[in-house]
Amino acid sequence: MTFLGICQIFFFISLILLIAQPLGLYIYNVLEGNNTLFSGILRPSEMLIYRLANIDFCEEMNWLKYTQCVIAFSLVSMLLTYLLLMFQNLLPLNPMHFGLSDAPVYASKMTPDLAFNTAISFTTNTNWQSYAGETTMTYLSQMLALAFHNFVSAATGIAIAIAVIRGFIVNRVGTIGNFWTDLTRITIYILLPICIPIALLLVSQGVIQNLNPYLTFTTLDNHNQTLPFGLVASQEAIKNLGTNGGGFFNANSAHPFENPTPLTNLLEMLSIFIIPAALTYTFGKMVKDTRQGVALLTVMTVIFLIGTLVTYHFEAKGNPNFKPYNINYATSQLGDSGGNMEGKELRFGIANSSLFAVVTTDSSCGAVNCLHDCLTPMGGLITLLNIELGEVVFGGTGSGLYGIIVFAVLSVFIAGLMVGRTPEYLGKKIEKKEVKMAMLFILVAAFSILVFTAIASVINFPKDSFWNSFGSGTNNLNNVGPHGFSELLYAFSSCTGNNGSAFAGLSANTPFYNILLGIAMFLGRFFMIIPVLAMAGSLSKKKLVPASIGTFPTYSYLFVILLISVILIVGALTFFPALCLGPIIEEFLMRQGKLF
Amino acid sequence: MIKIFLDSIKLTLVLAIITGLIYPLVITGLANIMFDDKANGSLLYDQNHKVIGSKLIGQVFTSNKYFQGRPSRAGNGYDALLSGGSNLGSTSQKLIEGNNNFDGIKQLAAKYRLVNRIDFTTKIPVEAVTASASGLDPDISYENALFQAPRIASARHLSQNKVTDLIERNVQKRELGFIGEPRINVLILNLDLDKLP
Repeated sequence: MTFLGICQIFFFISLILLIAQPLGLYIYNVLEGNNTLFSGILRPSEMLIYRLANIDFCEEMNWLKYTQCVIAFSLVSMLLTYLLLMFQNLLPLNPMHFGLSDAPVYASKMTPDLAFNTAISFTTNTNWQSYAGETTMTYLSQMLALAFHNFVSAATGIAIAIAVIRGFIVNRVGTIGNFWTDLTRITIYILLPICIPIALLLVSQGVIQNLNPYLTFTTLDNHNQTLPFGLVASQEAIKNLGTNGGGFFNANSAHPFENPTPLTNLLEMLSIFIIPAALTYTFGKMVKDTRQGVALLTVMTVIFLIGTLVTYHFEAKGNPNFKPYNINYATSQLGDSGGNMEGKELRFGIANSSLFAVVTTDSSCGAVNCLHDCLTPMGGLITLLNIELGEVVFGGTGSGLYGIIVFAVLSVFIAGLMVGRTPEYLGKKIEKKEVKMAMLFILVAAFSILVFTAIASVINFPKDSFWNSFGSGTNNLNNVGPHGFSELLYAFSSCTGNNGSAFAGLSANTPFYNILLGIAMFLGRFFMIIPVLAMAGSLSKKKLVPASIGTFPTYSYLFVILLISVILIVGALTFFPALCLGPIIEEFLMRQGKLF
Repeated sequence: MIKIFLDSIKLTLVLAIITGLIYPLVITGLANIMFDDKANGSLLYDQNHKVIGSKLIGQVFTSNKYFQGRPSRAGNGYDALLSGGSNLGSTSQKLIEGNNNFDGIKQLAAKYRLVNRIDFTTKIPVEAVTASASGLDPDISYENALFQAPRIASARHLSQNKVTDLIERNVQKRELGFIGEPRINVLILNLDLDKLP
């Protein structure tokens, strides 16, 4: 580790903490329908959208109606994406003729299972990619089928988080807002206005934004090279801001056209964390006690910093297996271009690669600027664990906040058990139904990750199977030994956690993996949304009880420590055995010099 | 329930047009007005105005008179259509020792020493034998460039000082003094080499 590296990490988190408050206040005003900076232009557009779509914007919905709207909207938009992808060859903005008879040799096919996987992936805010963008997707698919979801899936997540908070603040009303207006406002008041300057800043640093066909030329030393192009900056902005993470190119944010300089890298990391951080302030403002939001933000920041420093430490230490070849990887001599440089870009070095890896897995973003598959075992462990903690450390846009609220409910429940009192959170009694829903939220994730990984580890395919190539499901792995198991565990964790990053060695573009991972993404999104909205519905019908002397203060340091412990203990108890088989054993074997 | 689906369809179409068509096309227009060169790939041209590459994308250099970039796992090396890296973990035998059709750290280190005539007792920088995540990394470190300088000097019959000077001039510093890593763009360094009298 270097001093400058640590400075960069703290500089980054300080910026996040600085922006969280003003942005959180802005989001609060937007969702309350108050006048804001851009209301003059945006209010008429909002009304125009309601008129075009014929939407009753005054309706107040109960939790059931709200959930139906979320699911109906997700299904419809998922279908749109599926159809756009399946027929992309016939649609315009396809300069390289993908899917046509005169397609270039490097073009890969759009199959129904790939379109299915991709449609679920982008609808659920996961952005797992079984394809390589530059050889598979037309420009129209990238912007209309995929980037469109980056906006609306992020907006859906924020809307749900706000609906859950409303469940706490309303007094025996039973309604939690209007999904259509929440969705529309978040998209046009929050996401779009922030994306425009980010996209232009990215272009100013070298991120491309054009509709040109690919360019083939002879390089300086007389080799051939073909450069892919596209509308990258506009997509890059929302990819990070909406914690989506689906890269325009295969190499994602490691690609110089997506992330050309350390400054774009900083901007991208800031855009990943900023909405989840700001929402904690919005939350505090809505429950009329900003200390509640500060407590959640403190929990997130502490877990984030521990993860970052551990990852940075192990990546900077490097790979002892390089020793026999007399290679210099000491960060004390080379700075942050030493350490474990396999799968890392030089302009980012070890510090910014470790930081990005933790940012992208703490939040449910999943964009990568280094290859997670090449991380040291302990660096890989942190990224894997971050996802398995339930994506609540900042987490996805909205999904992080409702995730951590579920953990807060569990924490007050546990505290209540200790003192023998009915637990309360934010003035609402936490009873059987809420705790059941909170537990369901956690169990579905554990089920999907562990059971599906187990299935993929042991399954065998007959000859000429449609589902996968002949033999074991583990033949699709790029690594053998414990690291191979980590690849599988990471894939199902990432999809269930709606993260979308990968230990990318796994060849997942087969019907078996496309569909099983698609189901994992579906469970990880909708079987979390339904319990959490049901919890909000049940809370919204309850009476607000004023805090009394026996109420456990959920803004105290004691609560912060309790919540951190609950998150870590639940995560550790559920996944420790699986992690032992993967990264933990790999770390010990690496130190012994064992290779696989 | 039917009303909910109808509303969903209408709102999906409206939002898709706004965020999926209008937004990216407006950004494309603005970007091409404000940053024409960068929006189109930061391309570099030779004297005859023919494209010879992008400032941002690394290239293969095999000739002895050019500095070489880091190893690349994108296709057969710096294939911009197959961006990506090795995806091999720290305990991978393939990564460390390689095999018949894959150069591991062992072979890459041996080749680097052979090409640049470095003996085994001298430690070589790790970034010179590891592949980047994109396979298109345009940069190398200062240390790496210095190790290659004697080879360039002798291939081009230049004094070593001249080459070292050029390297020093091409070091790109950390942004704002502390963000990112200092680095040297290989393509630009090589273009500058060609310009030397």
